[in-house]
Amino acid sequence: MKRIRSISDLEDLRKSILKQKDPEKITIRTCLSTGCRAKKSIKVISALEDELNNQGLQEKVEIKRTGCHGFCEMGPIMVIEPANIFYRQVKSEDIAEIVFETILKGNIVKRLLWKDVITKEYTKTEKELPLYKKQKKHISYNSGKIDPTDIEDYIAADGYLALCKALSSMTPAEIVETVVASGLRGRGGGGFSTGLKWRICSAAPSDIKYIIANGDEGDPGAFMDRSLMEGDPHRIIEGMIIAAFAIGASQGFLYVREEYPIAIEHLLIAIQKAEEYGLLGNNIMGTGFDFNISINKGAGAFVCGEETALIISIEGKSGTPRSRPPYPAFEGLWEKSTIINNVETLGNIPQIILKGADWYSNIGTVGSKGTKIFSLVGKVRNTGLVEVEMGTTLREIIFDIGGGIRKDKRFKAVQTGGPSGGCIPISKIDMPVDYDSLREAGAIMGSGGMIVMDETSCMVDIARYFLNFLLFESCGKCVPCREGLKQMHHILTNICEGKGEKGDIEALTELGHFMISTSLCGLGATAANPVLSTLSYFHDEYVAHIYDKKCPAGVCKNLFEYMIDETLCNGCTLCKVKCPEKAISGEKKKPHRIDTAKCIKCGICYNSCKRQAVIVI
Amino acid sequence: MNIEKIDHILKEHEYNHSAIISIMQDVQGIENYLPEDTLRYISEKLELKLTRIFDIATFYKTFTFVTIGNDIFYITIRVCSGTACHLGGAVKNLEQIQRTINIQEGETTDDRMFSLETVNCLGACALAPVMVIDEDYYDAVNPGDIKKILSSYHSEPER
Repeated sequence: MKRIRSISDLEDLRKSILKQKDPEKITIRTCLSTGCRAKKSIKVISALEDELNNQGLQEKVEIKRTGCHGFCEMGPIMVIEPANIFYRQVKSEDIAEIVFETILKGNIVKRLLWKDVITKEYTKTEKELPLYKKQKKHISYNSGKIDPTDIEDYIAADGYLALCKALSSMTPAEIVETVVASGLRGRGGGGFSTGLKWRICSAAPSDIKYIIANGDEGDPGAFMDRSLMEGDPHRIIEGMIIAAFAIGASQGFLYVREEYPIAIEHLLIAIQKAEEYGLLGNNIMGTGFDFNISINKGAGAFVCGEETALIISIEGKSGTPRSRPPYPAFEGLWEKSTIINNVETLGNIPQIILKGADWYSNIGTVGSKGTKIFSLVGKVRNTGLVEVEMGTTLREIIFDIGGGIRKDKRFKAVQTGGPSGGCIPISKIDMPVDYDSLREAGAIMGSGGMIVMDETSCMVDIARYFLNFLLFESCGKCVPCREGLKQMHHILTNICEGKGEKGDIEALTELGHFMISTSLCGLGATAANPVLSTLSYFHDEYVAHIYDKKCPAGVCKNLFEYMIDETLCNGCTLCKVKCPEKAISGEKKKPHRIDTAKCIKCGICYNSCKRQAVIVI
Repeated sequence: MNIEKIDHILKEHEYNHSAIISIMQDVQGIENYLPEDTLRYISEKLELKLTRIFDIATFYKTFTFVTIGNDIFYITIRVCSGTACHLGGAVKNLEQIQRTINIQEGETTDDRMFSLETVNCLGACALAPVMVIDEDYYDAVNPGDIKKILSSYHSEPER
């Protein structure tokens, strides 16, 4: 390896890497990200290595350890190139067959292909998967394709070209104006114009400036930042270096959740490699520009995702927010001018610089440009990470990409924006997904969590769930958030336990609006959203809980009973056998009954019945 | 924690006050908890008030003052309480675990076999509901699976 000392050095290196690559060589891409690793992909890879060695194929076949492919539910995922064959849920026991059939003989192992549960058809290649077909992968393009620990893989995929362009042919002001013109808005939650943030910061009189990349992804149910950091860390680093050059920063901080060890490991390797190659550190690519990045591990405080709290945390104190203004662009880290961008925001920067503001601003809607990665999870058939153009409708995301609702249940709502967001009902399913439409609907884009709910999801329970989460995460500094959450949580708990009273809905509404207008930071000011949005769209469910003492979804234990629908039950005895309380009786091939006095509502019969004869009343 | 080790950590962070969180993370990374005498030593060395160190130690959830003796062996059951897992029935799974091994969250079984805790989102949402027993991930768990899963660790499950 030689250090890159000039812009032309990088181009030479890229050419020589590409020259060595044989596009016809069989390459097996296997995911080593958190989801697949949880399903033992490390074991699968070592079995693959052994088998290739045994067969003497180690020179002919390349194993690529990649980041997230997006279809996490189907992990461990294996894609065999150049044929693009997609195998899912691969176990180490399958390896011998894959090598013998697919690698040596060119045959498909049908049982490892993805199968559509409705049409019963198999899909052979990755490109043809419905989960991928409607996606527009720009930011997550490399993830799942390149080895995130190999900088040359990133360089071969046009990596650091944008940095080259920025340093060699653009002034800092031109970069800032390009980002302004692109229309890129922050991907972390607020949705503020990234370019404007940079413009303010670059104009600030501060002698020292800092840039912070926020990878403290704390929203439960969201994991796109994790996947990006794990699967394509250099993209974030390249974006950070460009941002630093644009605003005149010499030091950057990457703040990453401690719970994401693989992301931290990959970012550390990426930083070290970028330094070795002369792309980071002093005199970057011989241009005289100096910039360093260090990593800070978050220590488990959700509130540190808020920018002022995050700054205080990097300073080595308890991360409690402070009031704004002054905004960090004027007075940030150690009172110096600072910009904080989410890691996905920074991941957008290289392509904007490389392809131009016009190209970027043609993607998306009037107010929301580009693409956005969502973590599509919950009661949807295909779960995983999806990247779509802004303005794609909820219906397209949930039904076309996600394949609709599991077990043929009815769609009820989709929750976006995590604990600061809201629930969007079926009536708005054709709504375009962009910053402004979501806000109008009472939810927010947030960082991109998209949690799909069906008729078995209780909206009061989900509101209580988020409040419970925030109750433990509130830093306690300001009264409205600290006390408001406590009171709202108390009321919601009563409602869920069947102790709801007249006046509860009014009290929740009043407290919610009070918290929005008086809380110190974003956490408190948005904390009531899950409650207020469910109250406005699912008022009936609150009424059912409070006045009828019923939980129609069958979640709040005191408010429902399980019953067997005698017209559906065929007396297979499965529920009777599985019931731990022996509360189910009935003869074979005759309808069964549940003794509600004995039933503890564990849900085993409900989940195990193949005919869905166990119903909630 | 021995002085040499602490000095090594402090030196790595260049005795920098702003690195105090990282320093404490490193200490806990080795000791699994924050020993009080170590914190006192750090406070003296860095000339940083002990109250500030304790403020940080109690604010961030990662830090703990209690340790588990090395003589006790048990299998940790971690139930993810992220949104996708909650929606997928994590609470019913948790209750079923509690009934099966007769302990509540944060407790350890009498035979020291299992300990049970709930954890914040593990970021494996596509696999929801998730539970992790030691290093093994179980995905799409439902209450009916619990007994079978636990008995693969325990030769004679209670109840």
